[in-house]
Amino acid sequence: MTALIDLSLHEAAQALRAGETSARELTLACIARMEEVDGHVHAFLAQTPDLALEHADRADKMLAEARKGENESLSNLVGIPVAIKDVLTIRGVPTTCGSKILEGYRPPYTATSVQRLIDSGAVILGKTNTDEFAMGSSTENSAYGVTHNPWDLARVPGGSSGGSAAAVAARMCFAALGTDTGGSVRQPAAFCGITGLKPSYGRVSRYGLIAYGSSLDTVGIHAHSAAEMAVLYTTMAGHDELDSTSMPGAVEEIQLQDGDLRGIRVGVPKEYFIDGIQPAVEAAVREALNVLGDLGCELQEISLPHTNLALPVYYIIAPAEASANLARYDGIRFGPRKNGDDLWDTYLKTRGELFGPEVKRRIMLGTYALSSGYYDAYYAQAQKVRTLIKQDFERAFERVDLIASPVTPTTAFPIGAHEDDPLAMYLEDVFTLPANLAGVPGLAFPVGFDDSGLPIGMQITGPHLGEAILFRVTHAYQKATDWHNKEALL
Amino acid sequence: MTEFEPIIGLEVHAELQTRSKMFCGCAVVDSVSATANTRVCEICTGMPGTLPVINRRAVEFAIRVALALHCEIAETSIFARKNYFYPDLPKGFQISQYELPLAVNGWMMITTNGEEKRIAIRRVHLEEDTGKLTHRQTNSLIDYNRSGVPLLEIVSEPDLRSIDEVRAYAIALRSLLRFLEVSSADMEKGVIRFEANISVRPQGAEILGTRTEIKNLNSLRAMAQAISYEIDRQSRLLANGQEVRQETLGWDEGLKVTVPQRGKEEAHDYRYFPEPDLPPLHLERSWIEEIRAKLPELARAKRQRYVDELKLNPYTADVLTNEKDIADYFEATVAAAPDLPAQQIGHWIGGPLFSLLNDAGIKIRETLISVEQLSELIGLVELGKISNSSAKAVLTEMFASGAGASQIIEAQGLEILADSAIIDGHIEKVLVEFPDQVQQYLLGKEPIFEWLFGQVMRATSGRSDPQRLRQALARQLRALDKRQPPA
Ligand SMILES: [Zn+2]
Repeated sequence: MTALIDLSLHEAAQALRAGETSARELTLACIARMEEVDGHVHAFLAQTPDLALEHADRADKMLAEARKGENESLSNLVGIPVAIKDVLTIRGVPTTCGSKILEGYRPPYTATSVQRLIDSGAVILGKTNTDEFAMGSSTENSAYGVTHNPWDLARVPGGSSGGSAAAVAARMCFAALGTDTGGSVRQPAAFCGITGLKPSYGRVSRYGLIAYGSSLDTVGIHAHSAAEMAVLYTTMAGHDELDSTSMPGAVEEIQLQDGDLRGIRVGVPKEYFIDGIQPAVEAAVREALNVLGDLGCELQEISLPHTNLALPVYYIIAPAEASANLARYDGIRFGPRKNGDDLWDTYLKTRGELFGPEVKRRIMLGTYALSSGYYDAYYAQAQKVRTLIKQDFERAFERVDLIASPVTPTTAFPIGAHEDDPLAMYLEDVFTLPANLAGVPGLAFPVGFDDSGLPIGMQITGPHLGEAILFRVTHAYQKATDWHNKEALL
Repeated sequence: MTEFEPIIGLEVHAELQTRSKMFCGCAVVDSVSATANTRVCEICTGMPGTLPVINRRAVEFAIRVALALHCEIAETSIFARKNYFYPDLPKGFQISQYELPLAVNGWMMITTNGEEKRIAIRRVHLEEDTGKLTHRQTNSLIDYNRSGVPLLEIVSEPDLRSIDEVRAYAIALRSLLRFLEVSSADMEKGVIRFEANISVRPQGAEILGTRTEIKNLNSLRAMAQAISYEIDRQSRLLANGQEVRQETLGWDEGLKVTVPQRGKEEAHDYRYFPEPDLPPLHLERSWIEEIRAKLPELARAKRQRYVDELKLNPYTADVLTNEKDIADYFEATVAAAPDLPAQQIGHWIGGPLFSLLNDAGIKIRETLISVEQLSELIGLVELGKISNSSAKAVLTEMFASGAGASQIIEAQGLEILADSAIIDGHIEKVLVEFPDQVQQYLLGKEPIFEWLFGQVMRATSGRSDPQRLRQALARQLRALDKRQPPA
């Protein structure tokens, strides 16, 4: 039999049901794998073996009942070890957002998305590394050290959900939750050769997602395949009365038919194949498009004319919201405090010493954009342009069912490559930001490797609440290809 | 010297007494008496990752007030973040409304010295209250029980022209909030708080002067003193050819002066922007109309009805409608005793009972006298079973002990003496005791009759039926007169 950690989520679920293994055994296998490789990868900020075994024992009880016929409708998640990005809260479990300012903080409540996984029988293994407050594209902005790409430890795993992507790629868990504000699930999925979903804004509750850019933040998923992600997605998706921006109404059922994609119209935006794109990336994406064509998709070139405005608009809106969202980190109620001479001095010292440089940069950007006298020129203007970007997508989706593009212009870059150049780092997200601004879902999946053996990802984007077609197309592609089964040799 | 005219606008913050807070499920409690930090959760303490959910009841309360203030209600209004740092503000921003508030363009009538005036309301919006700080010698304590309590901000146009108008406006607004049953509007507990903006200009001038703002006025008295001080200060400055500086002031209760709030707090740029965690608030027209249909009768309308329909005198009508609780008590008594004249009930509540409440310093809510007990007492007076003066004594005893009227009357023998023989006996004794006075009366000094009447009444401890006594006394005096030999 294959080693437990090498099973797919569905194979593991099958083995659990059949009694060939137990949730405890599966969990211990993941913990052993963490002990074996996480010293090199550094995907986890906090491992929670006690909590995991508690979840596992509970899952084993559920499985035993199911075998006695007492619980027919058992989720495929029962007993499946997953990891959670450290910007999602779990009651009593240290949550840092990769920042010194939250060192030692244990939230008094659990995020809705995580709670739904737990309620369905999932096993929580721990909290994964992130750029500080999800601000970054490499995990290099984490205050607790960088995560290494399992395909090449000298390279970044992408970010900000780099810890989750690396944990899945290194097979320390079967799936993981990330968050995606500008590409933070899709870009690390591409860099780590796995599959990642950023759902529509409002599809998965943000309650318990520690906010960076509230109007852009989404809870996303990392796994090896669309089929595995679908298990987590259907568990988490749907209205939450604790999140007023979550969509009411039923969630469209995910149907994973095999093969036939006839009649699906795929738009290829000309603005996404720009100069400076790594030739291997473009070649792999073009080849993947051919596969989709072979499966029956109709390809057509489309235009998203305001694409080049996405980056500047994002870097006004996200920092503006962040400047308010991060105001609560003042050392008064939680986290460490750096006492000063008076209250204001305490604020300055605490925030000055405990926030990292990228966070401070964005707080200042956002504060400036909202300041009296600048608001209209920056924040208000950015909101108008955001509407244009949204309309780009709405018009495109009148003609096509989904839009395909590269996830990133390049494959994973070496650690430290963009150290002194924040703008170059910002460009990492140029293909992923528009979906966040438009609130539409995006799914990244592996479509090949470059000459250095680094994974390449393709992104497909659907209309708002159009997750189902993204799952269906990706699943068909993954039935027809083998890229998602390639293993990082660690 | 030039006469200056003050131009005053008021900004009123009123906590809404909904069951739960504005954006979370925590209970709204009395922030003075509740144990600190016992009504808090991750949302109202601003824990990372939490999100607000609008309390529909708070919106309903706000609509009630906006309708009573004749405002236009926005079918779509938006919440905004008001950003500033302070330990009582756990998120580092307050969720408030900025552009597109819940309601605009209303008005309220006030009466000063018998004159009616319409005060325009600029806007009414919803926001969340902050926590409460207690500063001590070496540190400060924070209580987040109040954090997130729904707060209604009501902003008037600068239509007020005197301290009397300011007071009338504040009292009218407080009464409105109470009659609408949305807030206790208790100033002492900080449930309702005032800020005033003030400028002065030469009498008759058209343009407005530079205005100052006084924050945190927490009693009607402080508000009147602070505004009056500020009017004098600004008038003196202008009279001396100096300028008024636009600034935010505080009121120093000890020194009785306004003082600039210097430093960082004054230099606020609140960086308002729409709250991304809350979609725009859309209000159904039908819901607004439903709320309108259920609006209770307000003080002014009640007062009018008491005068027109219940035939109360205007003074009593005023007293009864000043406080919602008193009006409620009055109406409950009228309902409990439909056979008694409403004027009498109004008289007893607005007069003797009101005095007893004032002397004891308690609210009508706290009185031991039930409406049934009160109507029993008034009924006994109406039936002539007890004299007016005895009834007052009985009421005082009821007020003190909570006992019923009949019980007290019986125990103290206060029932009216209707037995003619007993009254006649007392008269005979008095006439024997004061022969000189009787003589004077018989010689034509008419007023002596009242004096003799008083003597007998006193002898019966005020219990004599005055009508009966008067007749019997006259009869006995006439009889004496006949016995007298002609002079
Ligand atoms: Zn609360």
